Amino acid sequence: MKIGLVLRDLHREERELARELLHTAERHKTSHDIHHLALDLADWSHRHIRELAELAERYDVTLDPEPDDEPGPVGRLREKGSEIIGRRGEAGRRGDAGLLLLRDLRRICQQASAVSVDWELVAQAAQATADDQLLDLAQRCHPDTLRQLRWANAELKETSPQVLTS
Amino acid sequence: MGRLDRIAEPWGTRTPYARGEKWPVRVDTFLADGNGAEHPDRWVRSASVLHSNGDALDIAVKDGRIVGVRGRAEDRVNHGRLDPKDLYGWQAGASPDRLTRPLVRRGGRLVETDWDTAMDHIVARTKELLRDQGPSAIGFYTTGQLFLEEYYTLSLIAHGGLGTNHLDGNTRLCTATAAEALKQSFACDGQPGSYTDIDHADVIALFGHNVAETQPVLWMRILDRLAGPEPPALICVDPRLTPVARAAAVHLAPRPGTNVALMNGLLHEIIGNGWTDAEYITRHTVGFDELERRVKEYPPERAAEICDVPAEEIRRAARALGTCERLVSTVLQGFYQSHQATAAAVQVNNLHLVRGMLGRPGCGVLQMNGQPTAQNTRECGADGDLPGFRNWADDAQVADLGRVWNVDPSRIPHYGPPTHAMKMFRYAEQGSLRMLWVTGTNPAVSLPELSRIRSVLSQERLFLIVQDLFPTETTELADVVLPAAGWAEKTGTFTNADRTVHLSEKAVDPPGRARPDLDIFLDYARRMDLRDKDGGPLVKWHDPESAFEAWKECSRGRPCDYTGLSYDRLRGGSGIQWPCDAEHPDGTERLYTGGAFWSDPDYCESYGRDLVTGAPVEPTEYRAMNPYGKAVIKSAGYLPPHEQPDGDHPFLLTTGRTLYHFHTRTKTARAPQLQAAAPEMWVEISTGDASELGVMEGDLVEVSTPRGSVRAKARVSGIRDGVLFLPFHYGYWDIDEGSEADEAHGRAANELTLTDWDAASKQPLYKTAAARLRRIRAQDGSPAPAPTTAASAPLGAGVPETRGGPAAESDEDVRGTPPTEGDT
Repeated sequence: MKIGLVLRDLHREERELARELLHTAERHKTSHDIHHLALDLADWSHRHIRELAELAERYDVTLDPEPDDEPGPVGRLREKGSEIIGRRGEAGRRGDAGLLLLRDLRRICQQASAVSVDWELVAQAAQATADDQLLDLAQRCHPDTLRQLRWANAELKETSPQVLTS
Repeated sequence: MGRLDRIAEPWGTRTPYARGEKWPVRVDTFLADGNGAEHPDRWVRSASVLHSNGDALDIAVKDGRIVGVRGRAEDRVNHGRLDPKDLYGWQAGASPDRLTRPLVRRGGRLVETDWDTAMDHIVARTKELLRDQGPSAIGFYTTGQLFLEEYYTLSLIAHGGLGTNHLDGNTRLCTATAAEALKQSFACDGQPGSYTDIDHADVIALFGHNVAETQPVLWMRILDRLAGPEPPALICVDPRLTPVARAAAVHLAPRPGTNVALMNGLLHEIIGNGWTDAEYITRHTVGFDELERRVKEYPPERAAEICDVPAEEIRRAARALGTCERLVSTVLQGFYQSHQATAAAVQVNNLHLVRGMLGRPGCGVLQMNGQPTAQNTRECGADGDLPGFRNWADDAQVADLGRVWNVDPSRIPHYGPPTHAMKMFRYAEQGSLRMLWVTGTNPAVSLPELSRIRSVLSQERLFLIVQDLFPTETTELADVVLPAAGWAEKTGTFTNADRTVHLSEKAVDPPGRARPDLDIFLDYARRMDLRDKDGGPLVKWHDPESAFEAWKECSRGRPCDYTGLSYDRLRGGSGIQWPCDAEHPDGTERLYTGGAFWSDPDYCESYGRDLVTGAPVEPTEYRAMNPYGKAVIKSAGYLPPHEQPDGDHPFLLTTGRTLYHFHTRTKTARAPQLQAAAPEMWVEISTGDASELGVMEGDLVEVSTPRGSVRAKARVSGIRDGVLFLPFHYGYWDIDEGSEADEAHGRAANELTLTDWDAASKQPLYKTAAARLRRIRAQDGSPAPAPTTAASAPLGAGVPETRGGPAAESDEDVRGTPPTEGDT
């Protein structure tokens, strides 16, 4: 049985997604819609993380039920990158905040996609093992992930024409 | 013929009628005193523009001046009645401080100029920005008070000419949620119900809709039913003790921001008790199962706890809503400007869908609007949507619009949803929107968080054009000010909240060099040399009637079909409801008769949005719901508001309007009777909270939020505990020297409101800021300057009643039941 491995992966990716959402909220306080919604949507991931941790015990996997706000090594690298791009944006006059927003949204899209794929795997495994509880969890949480993804994607679609043409 | 002070008695004399009968005619007239006004030279056809009710009236003209107004007896909307704003508000037009010449900013000051200079300046700047950045640099912020022909022209210029996606109106503040809620449930905008449903209803439910003050003539209709045999029962949801609440069988006063929980509690009871129409649900809707599951989580006790209303009252309301045979529901700002706006308004649609109560006499939803011509911004696309309720996400529909306009569809921005107003101001703040053309609205007072808005509008890098009747707080900040002709000074059509189209004709000349908005837009298009794809002029019309004819073609075959209408037809009778086409030559009283909806994926206006995230539903997702011809039931759970009361800011602040004023009072403050009735800002506080804080009627108090503070006199009223109310009408242009609020911005309610909006409708929230209140001192012993006639009525004794006196005496002519069919 390798279900525990997938749960561990999923847990890590959800925490990463929650972190991206929180950091986006933090960085775009004056884009009020982004700020509020990113906070709201981070809560969804926090709920997923808690529920995952609870259920994972059955697979002998210990997962932290709390979100992790510290960026991991990959995250830190991205932070660094964001600073560089951010500065370049500034040097190139306007649009720095806009570019930063595009990049954050893009990262949320990618991260939510990763989470989505993992939920898919979990749901498949749950069906194969007739684990109703796990299947129920996946069926409740995966739609949230897709909504997080669609939100970030929609914001990108709406904002990018303005940022990229100005 | 009677004489009545209509300031003191805003709704006039009762003319009771029974269910199913015709509403009796009562003709209201107000003519100026003296100068032979009682014998006008002529009467000119129009309708009211100080609210969305669309009351038909005729304008009395004597010696080239307006001398009064009279309600039109034969019109389906008002049967002759007028509300106080219409009776007295017309006087503003002749006010000496109208804008009469264009102004341009030179050396930091606005100086008079001529039209050529002003327009060439605008054109030069537009061209420069198009060259430097492209259409994304240019935005238009319009209103709910222009005419259809003007919106349609503006929509073509912005979308088809310049190619910008940045076109919205202050309708975002008043009607966006109404439109979005209709799109969510029915996949298309369009008011399902009709005012005539009031004549048949046995329950009328008003959700966050103080109709007595926002649409007084519709309230007169309800009052006349209440006074007649077999009166309907009213259900009122409002945190204030409004006239509606006083007349209601059940009054629910929820904590602001909890409407979704309340609606879910009501639906819980209705579905749980089986008060649903199972056959209608199966045949005409999708999504019921999810709603059933969702509302199971909201037994009345849980809703009661969230909303702070008694569970038993929720049950009583649900029983009335669930067991009546003919239900009319109306919704307005108490839902639209509050937390989870669209989700809450959609639950009202759901109430009607699960009960199968649409499209029949007495069974209708009225998702209201605030402004007189807000409906037309939605139809013509001046709110950012595409004209004719076309779907921006459907390439075939965009191509069809390209055909109508003779432009390449790729020139019409449709790569994403239109930019909503709050976002446009954000782009301006960030510097990527560099020219903003404001028409007929005053964002420097009406938008939330005014200190932020002022800083956005006064930026050097933003080229601000303001087109209006009067100097306002916004014209003060402009680079170019264009003087516009107002109502009665130009011709055009507009459509009220129940789809009734009226023609409003020019009665008098505008003052000085002021010009109709339509002429200004046409002039701009000509100077910009905007072309269609064959090199012909983009805008092919030259006056109101030719614009209307062009609009008819654009609306052909669409839900809001105007092809059966013409200026001549509108002159021949009175108001007519769209759709009006060959099949329905006399218009259409109710939409969705027989449960046929405009939701086919290839026809619908919208695929909807996620109620929480606001993300547009993708076409494939929409098709997968299988909504062909069916309504979409969307459920939602309650979410706590983003800003909640705490120890520092223990109150919930809500804003709203009074019967006597419209918007930022640019017109109503210039009508002496209206201004005297509500001359100054006030704060409403409950008796319980007032006694706890030691606040007495008339004491000077300060209300603050993290964004600012306002000082005004306290009115101890019937508002629920824990909630403060401020009217939003008061800005700074007419403030007295040395008055208490004069010091650095302390009178406008929007100094306090927060920047947050509903994710689906993008309507800003004005009803849920956390606030604190501090008593400053007893003032001069006089009461707060709030009207005593309506929701701001004092609870204590000793406050003199609001009166208009002899200057407000109007004629009332009760003529009884109309001899002929007054309604279609």
